[in-house]
Amino acid sequence: MSVKVDAVLCMSCGGCVGVCPSLALELENGIKLVPVDEDCTDCGICERFCPVGAIKVDSQKRRLRER
Amino acid sequence: MNADYDVIVIGAGPGGCHAARIAAEQGMRVLLVEKRPEIGAPKRCGEGLSLGGMKNLGLKPDPKWAMNEIRGASVYAPNGKRISIRYENTIGYVLERKMFDKYLAVQAARAGARVLAKTAVTGLIIKDGFVRGAKLSSFGENYELSSKIVIAADGVESKAARWAGINTTNRLVDIDSGFQYEMVLELEEPDMLELYFGSKVAPRGYVWIFPKGKDTANVGVGIGGREAVPAKKYLDKFIQGHPNLKKGSIIEVNAGGIPVGDPVGKLAANGFMVVGDAAHQVNAIHGGGIHEASIAGMIAGRVAAEAVKKGNVSEKALAGYAREWREKRGKILHKIVKLRQTIEKLSDDDLNMLAENLTGEDLVEFAKGKRFLKLAKILMRRPHLMQAARILI
Repeated sequence: MSVKVDAVLCMSCGGCVGVCPSLALELENGIKLVPVDEDCTDCGICERFCPVGAIKVDSQKRRLRER
Repeated sequence: MNADYDVIVIGAGPGGCHAARIAAEQGMRVLLVEKRPEIGAPKRCGEGLSLGGMKNLGLKPDPKWAMNEIRGASVYAPNGKRISIRYENTIGYVLERKMFDKYLAVQAARAGARVLAKTAVTGLIIKDGFVRGAKLSSFGENYELSSKIVIAADGVESKAARWAGINTTNRLVDIDSGFQYEMVLELEEPDMLELYFGSKVAPRGYVWIFPKGKDTANVGVGIGGREAVPAKKYLDKFIQGHPNLKKGSIIEVNAGGIPVGDPVGKLAANGFMVVGDAAHQVNAIHGGGIHEASIAGMIAGRVAAEAVKKGNVSEKALAGYAREWREKRGKILHKIVKLRQTIEKLSDDDLNMLAENLTGEDLVEFAKGKRFLKLAKILMRRPHLMQAARILI
């Protein structure tokens, strides 16, 4: 998995959790956004969605498909 | 069947609070949990609620949470052309969600529900194909509670429904990416909402100014989920180009996803129901969800109580919730999704053309899922918009 969350930027809004098709993001206690390693497919959807640009997925590994 | 609770409701937003209150009023033993330490905060919301919506929920505007009366709206086309509509009387309110959601939670508690903040659901208890409770976590303490029904009102980040086998994942084409500042600023008309459209301002969405008082407002943007540039950048750019906003102060920052696709097709499973943002029950044209979640929550709470009393909580027994909701709200929301899909097909030039041909009243009716024929007729007069018009009809 190559999802990196910038905790300084993240607003903990949880939108990325709602778009993640693999249940690979967790908003712990409604506060802390944590990627769940084993389930992530590096699809890049969370990065595309994020309202503040807090998520980065390694561009070499990203597999974003327009859905 | 002995259970710790009859109904566990996950999430104390408007949907969850209404479900919990109604079920408790029917004599159910209800637990309402909220993972955040404060119910109603942080908001992910422009906080608008129409007067009609408030009446549907049986609420009377209370100055503790109904902050500002709204009498109309101004909508700006990409070229700056303004369409305004102003009514004599109040047509809606801008709320203080921090107070509103808490008020709803207090009502649920007074009806007999047990409310627990800072209590997260980390999983469901599923036995023999039935949801039979939830795994909870609070201050590092993990425990399980059994229930006859779980109602998931866990918002845009919902996982509970997916654990129960209902796919609520938002596709990027069906979600808007939202960002908002609550600001202190100079307002020319504090009783009017302002909406700005255009691909430069907010591709696939709009910028809103919702006044919360004479000199405070929620200033936000929603853009399509597939846009490469983050929503925050669009809002910052808009503010920099706006003389009054540029000088304003920022007193709160919000972000969030707004489900604007069709509501989830399956709303119940054995021992389980899903309501609100989690079920994509949102008005897709303005993105408002308070009214929709609340209506769904009330129906779900009542159907849950009936099912528990009858001793049958199967998916079939809970299907009455989906049936009633579709009749009351689902059909109209589906129409409104079509309207959004139509408008998304329009270029800035097309939107400018519409602004010349539509009245403020038309726009108000569109947001209610009405008067689509007029829009379709205007679109059909232009060959390149035939396809967009077809989505509508």
